[in-house]
Amino acid sequence: MKITAPQKALALVFSLGLIAGCSSTGDTTEGGMAGSDVSAVDQDGGSTVYGGDDEGGVSSSDMTEEQRRAAEERAERAEAEAMRDITTFYFDFDTAEIKPEAREVLVAHARYLQANPGQDVRIEGHADERGTKEYNLALGERRANAVQRFLIVNGASRGQTETISYGEEKPAVMGSSESAWAQNRRVELVFQ
Amino acid sequence: MTNRTNAGTRVARAAVTWLLLLSVMIAGSPASAELLIRITEGADSAIPVAVVPFSESGAMPSGDRISSIVRDDLTMTGEFRPLQPEKMLSLPSKGDEVYFRDWRLLGQRYVLVGQLTRKGDRIEARYELFDVNREERVMGATASASVNNPRSLAHHISDRVYEAITGVPGAFSTKLAYITLERSGGESLYRLQVSDVDGKRARVRLESDEPILSPAWSPDAKKLAYVSFETGKPAIYIHELSSGNRTRVADFPGLNSAPAFSPDGRSLLMTLSKDGNAEIYKMDIQSRTLKRLTNHWSIDTEPAYDHTGEGFFFTSDRSGGPQIYHKASYDAEPRRITFGSRYNARPRPDNEGKYVYYVHQRDRAFHIARTDLRTEEETVLTRTESDESPSVAPNGRMLIYATKQSGNSVLTVIAADGGAAYSLPASKGDVREPAWSPIAR
Repeated sequence: MKITAPQKALALVFSLGLIAGCSSTGDTTEGGMAGSDVSAVDQDGGSTVYGGDDEGGVSSSDMTEEQRRAAEERAERAEAEAMRDITTFYFDFDTAEIKPEAREVLVAHARYLQANPGQDVRIEGHADERGTKEYNLALGERRANAVQRFLIVNGASRGQTETISYGEEKPAVMGSSESAWAQNRRVELVFQ
Repeated sequence: MTNRTNAGTRVARAAVTWLLLLSVMIAGSPASAELLIRITEGADSAIPVAVVPFSESGAMPSGDRISSIVRDDLTMTGEFRPLQPEKMLSLPSKGDEVYFRDWRLLGQRYVLVGQLTRKGDRIEARYELFDVNREERVMGATASASVNNPRSLAHHISDRVYEAITGVPGAFSTKLAYITLERSGGESLYRLQVSDVDGKRARVRLESDEPILSPAWSPDAKKLAYVSFETGKPAIYIHELSSGNRTRVADFPGLNSAPAFSPDGRSLLMTLSKDGNAEIYKMDIQSRTLKRLTNHWSIDTEPAYDHTGEGFFFTSDRSGGPQIYHKASYDAEPRRITFGSRYNARPRPDNEGKYVYYVHQRDRAFHIARTDLRTEEETVLTRTESDESPSVAPNGRMLIYATKQSGNSVLTVIAADGGAAYSLPASKGDVREPAWSPIAR
């Protein structure tokens, strides 16, 4: 079965939720108790509560830790996979600087390419409609090259990557608004 | 979340498009819809001229009247204000029928009269131009053309009249090359077209569902160089218009863009990124040998030969943003030309070395501006925004560029000093990247 993008996106929501749920379960128990300590229980009472909690944890801690680690690994894998669902990266006007929020996702792509040497990727650079067409072709290429370098530095091999610039010729969104321009200044990864 | 979903769908679609075979159609395709001229503005100083309907003997082609085409030609320069024939007091067709008093009464400076005679499959025109104030004949000539070609005859007469009055050769017999783009659904249709300068007689020369960009004329106006993505990546082609024969001259890894012919027609300047990033090269067309002309980590692109043919203008962002530079020879140090704003690109010099025209960003708008190369003074020429792709007429008097009009890209012609304007809206989709041909020799 082919997993569609919305399904993968859903998987990401679920996996992120799972991580949040896991870590918060422990926190909530302690935090909740500590919170109620402050308002209703004296210091002694508080320590008793903590001791009891620790004691209860001793017998089951190995299992929980193992399960937690496995769940975390699963979640990380799911997260990396879901992250790789993001294949479009945006840029500011007349720049080719990779934004901080894109880095983690691009690292996930680079690791995936490293783990799958048979996988190739085409890196397509684009510009918004403002400015001249030929300069924008060069700007789209500069953006594609920046992403290519980033992927290679993070584990992909040069032979797996190919770049092409379409300049302003293939906008993702039609129109002449700030929002259309922002969505059109981009690099898209196309896995082949 | 929204971005992710969209990105996924977009990539899937891109992959499908990639698999589709390209349809590239060459010359001989049916004429496309012609551009309509709309005169938006006239200069106050326009010269009043009476183009009297020419007399006709023998069968003439139906449709276009030669004298009306001449009248329209003169009007579109913005330099002339032709008199409507209905207002004329008499309709002379030769010199001894011209009564200067009548024309002075109508406030006319010049009167053009003429006779058309059918001779076999040709039309012959005898025409004379008179100066009303001086009461003298300025010029008289005959010209002929095939009966199928009345527009060429009319544009030729316009050229001669324009030159007789202004002292500068007319550019009415030249051509425009431009790209039209229609998008519907996810599909794009690019067409390279060539028309008369008034937008008439448009013919499709190349059609592709992948981008066609940057048409550039050879100095004899017989060939076009351009960029086409028809193989899936950009390559530079030279296209001979009469035969439709095409040669792919540059297909290197990376960018192959911005071709520009040398004034002797033997070489092409172009932007290639095969050696790392966008640099300017000269290609000898015969031998295909390359000479690298720029060497900088920045973007260097959009080259255009200067009038000497020894140096060239180009765009570089070596200062941080795109600016215009000039190299007086291939090996000279580049000299920066523009300083007026943070974005100046795509230089196009005139044929005399007086001005260089380019795209200029001011506030948030993109205009066309020019710099006087002697005084270094910069003038913004357009009031429209989102302006692109300036191209100067070979006589230096007019300028065509692309701009946005209710969401579509249209072509606009203005006087080279920023005066009168007319626009050529496409009936459908975008019209972009106009290139004004040289005067054919």
